[in-house]
Amino acid sequence: MRDDVIEWFTWLQVVVAVAAGIVCLVLSVAGKVPNDYSLGALFAVELLLVAQLIVAVIAPAVGNNATGSPLEFYTYLVSAVILIPLAAFWGLVERTRWSTMILGVAALAVAIMLYRMLQIWTVQGA
Amino acid sequence: MQSLLALSPNLEAMQSPTTPPNSGRTRSRGIGGVLIAVYGVLALAATGRSFVQIATKFDHAPLAYVLSAVSAIVYIVATIALFRRGPVWYRVAWVTISFELVGVLLVGLLSVFDGQLFPSDTVWSVFGRGYLFIPLVLPVLGMVWLSTRGRDHVESGA
Repeated sequence: MRDDVIEWFTWLQVVVAVAAGIVCLVLSVAGKVPNDYSLGALFAVELLLVAQLIVAVIAPAVGNNATGSPLEFYTYLVSAVILIPLAAFWGLVERTRWSTMILGVAALAVAIMLYRMLQIWTVQGA
Repeated sequence: MQSLLALSPNLEAMQSPTTPPNSGRTRSRGIGGVLIAVYGVLALAATGRSFVQIATKFDHAPLAYVLSAVSAIVYIVATIALFRRGPVWYRVAWVTISFELVGVLLVGLLSVFDGQLFPSDTVWSVFGRGYLFIPLVLPVLGMVWLSTRGRDHVESGA
């Protein structure tokens, strides 16, 4: 595993999370209740987060250590992993356009958390 | 007694097809749901950061980090209070949200004048700058929403 795996992978996640967030907000404005597209977008974000969790656990074993606090990194990562299913659950229970907006807010919040995680892994302590 | 408890969920399930989706306990919260969700995210963010601060660098700024933990708990209570219905939770929501507004204004002001006492990384420092100023905006939106909901309470006689 190369040293920059965490970096490009996290950037990919940020892009996917922002795209998912925008898709959900647009669908909400269009009056759509949570559907396969919005929930599917969140599922993609969640899948990448779980992959990130696996990558982060393996990375130090191959010499790629976080420059910042690992505790802070994992607090963000675990929060993000929990946040997406909570939003999706809400979207399944309350079938309104506003729930689609909540899906979008969750995806954008995860995008911000991922950006913070990237900073912790690569530039903190510098 | 036990049989009644066992029966009640079934009764509710039997009634549900005939009751419209927008009535009763499960009434849609509309845009208020988005507000609650954002509150939930902020509660999660404040709790996570407070946990890290107290676990790793409590000695740097004990007062600020204790306050950080208190604010995290208040955000959690506010989220629950906004989610639940009824006059008691309504009052709890007002108290917690007011506490947040006072907190973000007071700590925001103090952090501008004394960076040592309140480092830049608490949820309320510099009016919540580290959180896109959401901690400053959210209590105001919360109060607006609560006051419209309060009017509904009066109109419906509840």
